[in-house]
Amino acid sequence: MNNYLLVDFGSTFTKLTAVDLKHEDIIATSKSITTVETNIIDGYESSLKQLYLKIGHIQFDKVIACSSAAGGLKMVAIGLVEELTTEAAKRVCLGAGAKVELVLSHHINQAEIQSILDHNIDIVLLAGGANGGNSECVIYNAKQLAKSSVTAPIVFAGNKDAADEISAILTEGNKTFYICENVMPRLNVLNIDSAKDTIKSIFVKNIIEAKGIKKVEEIIDRVVLPTPNAVLMAAELLSKGFAGEPGLGDIMMIDLGGATTDVYSMSQGLPTQMNAMMTGLEEPFAKRTVEGDLGMRYSALGVLQSLSASEISYWQKQGIDLVSETLKRYKNIEFLPENDRDFEIEDVIAGRCIDIAISRHVGTLKSIYTPMGMMYQQIGKDLTKTKYFIGTGGAVIASKNPKIMLNQALYKDSKPLELRPKHPEFLLDQDYILSAMGLLSMDYPEIALRIMKKRIIHL
Amino acid sequence: MKSIVIGVIGADVHAVGNRIIEYTLTREGYNVVNVGVLSSQEDFINAAIETSARLIMVSSLYGHGELDCRGMREKCEEAGLSNVLLYVGGNIVVGKQNFAEVEKRFKDMGFDRVYPPGTTIDDVLDTIKADLGD
Repeated sequence: MNNYLLVDFGSTFTKLTAVDLKHEDIIATSKSITTVETNIIDGYESSLKQLYLKIGHIQFDKVIACSSAAGGLKMVAIGLVEELTTEAAKRVCLGAGAKVELVLSHHINQAEIQSILDHNIDIVLLAGGANGGNSECVIYNAKQLAKSSVTAPIVFAGNKDAADEISAILTEGNKTFYICENVMPRLNVLNIDSAKDTIKSIFVKNIIEAKGIKKVEEIIDRVVLPTPNAVLMAAELLSKGFAGEPGLGDIMMIDLGGATTDVYSMSQGLPTQMNAMMTGLEEPFAKRTVEGDLGMRYSALGVLQSLSASEISYWQKQGIDLVSETLKRYKNIEFLPENDRDFEIEDVIAGRCIDIAISRHVGTLKSIYTPMGMMYQQIGKDLTKTKYFIGTGGAVIASKNPKIMLNQALYKDSKPLELRPKHPEFLLDQDYILSAMGLLSMDYPEIALRIMKKRIIHL
Repeated sequence: MKSIVIGVIGADVHAVGNRIIEYTLTREGYNVVNVGVLSSQEDFINAAIETSARLIMVSSLYGHGELDCRGMREKCEEAGLSNVLLYVGGNIVVGKQNFAEVEKRFKDMGFDRVYPPGTTIDDVLDTIKADLGD
């Protein structure tokens, strides 16, 4: 084994990363527009041609890919109580690398069934009830799905007591379905793996075929993962290490894209102060959140909406008209900054995305006055002691001084109850290699880890 | 196995008695869902929905139980738990008050069983079994 080629079929770009296994390094990267609407192979070949121009025609022992093309993996998460099984179901979807288009709780109605159809959902995750608990609601929801015209595969991961009845209902309704372990077997206990692995295998077996991505397997080895899942694997490996090769410990990462801002944290997130107590649903070690309303291009208007009138006028006084600037980026998603001014504005918008996305990812404290003095309830992860904070994604990599925007992720006096990182060291994934390293880690985790440690630079 | 939700309500951190209740009810063959200390009404109610519990046992040791428990029955109704049984016990009011009056106040708030200070979980086992039809 000498060379691997790792491919990421993104929503916009098809990105190639060539790796030399013997020297444990990246040989070259290239990208060109994804062509899933016509023939996905075209975009791949044009990207490969570019790669050959850089490094000459070399042989690859294996070519594997991940994909978020053709809308990625669109899922609906269905649960019972919003803060419990619904939240658990949502975290499973995010952990599997899906885009959670819809989140539904309690008994689902016809309008909600219709919204599942309207959103072109790829996989339905049906949860509800702890084991031995409520099964009435999840059975009702299974019946609603069974009699609907929903054709997406259904993954059942609710109260195990209901599994047999739900199998019968969905068989009767001619649905494709899979029975998994409960996402919340006991109160506040999160069980991600069973449902997540099922979702990944459905993605590989059915979804990429339905989206016209599988065609590429005529010329490459396999499409194996949704892209965000590959990134999550890479981040977890980088944090935990592998065998004799140590990891970095607790890390956070932000991937700032045109349409979404993704935040990752690899940490237990346990309380770091004496008088705080964890409450609510258990948190996964490898956590991913996705903000569909925050992005540099397609979702730039979401950034504008998050700004108050006084903030807009503040920036206006600095000579930056955020109303027209965000609109410009939304209308022209291929916009690239040209001069210093453009770069400065990109930094401002990016900083805003990062600030809000971090607020939504990190845990919060709620103060309670008790006869024993002030106590805190901690909801979510305490990430104040995060050691490393990695930036990636177009706007971060292109920035002339990424530290300015990344600083927006840090602890703020104005948000004292948010458990944001306080003194992390900033790192930059300048070659955008994380998804490729996630793929490589399936065969060579120790090499992927060493390449990441070499290629992800300190800022 | 029947589920019973237990916990300590409000800004109250008394954990020991709650552990004893969990131990005893588990020994008696119940699926005990313990929401722990510092729990809100919503924590109890959400747990009862997901686990289909027929009984919620609220503990309060620090004297503010009356404030913390107010409106709980109405919230249960709103959450579709109109048949759930509500028990409350501990030092549920401030100071030494006539317990008959205290019991009446809590029953008016929609609690089915109200217990004075010093009641142990063993004293209540027969009532629990009768209420749950065991």
